[in-house]
Amino acid sequence: MTKLDATDLPAPRARRTTALRGGANTELIAWLFMRISGVILLVLVFGHLFVNLMVGDGVHAIDFAFVGGKWSEPFWQVWDLLMLWLAMIHGTNGVRTIINDYAERTGTRLVLKSLLYLAFVVTVVMGTLVIFTFDPCPPGSPADLLPSFCAA
Amino acid sequence: MASAPAAPPSPAPVPAPRSSRGRSTLYRGTEGMWSWVLHRITGVGLFLFLLVHVLDTAMVRVSPEVYNDVIGTYKTPIMGVMEAGLVAAVIFHAFNGIRIILVDFLAKGPRYQRVMFWVVIGLTVVLMAGFLPRHLGNVFGGGH
Ligand code: HEM
Repeated sequence: MTKLDATDLPAPRARRTTALRGGANTELIAWLFMRISGVILLVLVFGHLFVNLMVGDGVHAIDFAFVGGKWSEPFWQVWDLLMLWLAMIHGTNGVRTIINDYAERTGTRLVLKSLLYLAFVVTVVMGTLVIFTFDPCPPGSPADLLPSFCAA
Repeated sequence: MASAPAAPPSPAPVPAPRSSRGRSTLYRGTEGMWSWVLHRITGVGLFLFLLVHVLDTAMVRVSPEVYNDVIGTYKTPIMGVMEAGLVAAVIFHAFNGIRIILVDFLAKGPRYQRVMFWVVIGLTVVLMAGFLPRHLGNVFGGGH
């Protein structure tokens, strides 16, 4: 019996797949990252939804003073920062996979992924700056819109 | 009395493979496929919402008035119902994500993928049953 090995077969669509995704190692890391970040996100997102939508008056309680109160505590700053980064990397990588699956033309993939990565950078930079440069007591704002500790 | 020669045994009807389930493949139309479709759709939906949600939250850097105006639109009935849909989407995506991880890492994971899909649906329904009265009460029941 003749032995066949994989190298006897012509690589199907070899030209296309070379441009399609990262190397085997990159894809393995991406695959692992989706799973690890997923488990952490479950805790972060469920905690976020519980505190913001279930406790007290739920959505009705959310206003500037509520956000100011949360982000004056390092605990929630770190929570939200981690959630922002992990969700953005997880989501961007997920959408990258979907683009690779459906966009067959190289040009289309290039355009879609450029838009995706642009959205990633803008959102992550903006979100990070907001969490860390936020002033819960902006001068000149009406006191009834601010967290109660601003009066002190 | 001459008896008729015995008829050759008629072959038992052979069912078409898997015809009893009315499926042409092991995958198409089954829990496995639908969990994948739902995971994909909820994943993209959550990602798009996340972009909007970071932007609306960034309004805290503009002024308390602007932030309160923007976030006020989340408290309307139509948005309240859409929020409920988003919450259902994350809950499903999160539990189904755990199901995917278990299928990948547990030796018996693939054997239980179908049961685990229904567990995911069940958990989603239970959590939504806890969330919806509270949330819809907040959205429709006044407050403001
Ligand atoms: C809350 C906890 C979450 C868990 C446990 C989770 C888990 C997972 C897992 C295990 C995958 C599969 C990756 C693969 O097949 O290789 C995945 C895919 C994906 N996730 Fe999540 N995820 C979570 C939250 C999110 C969030 C918040 C977003 C949006 C920003 C998101 C967007 C996506 C997308 C777009 C995909 C790709 C779907 C596909 O390829 O069909 N996920 N998730």
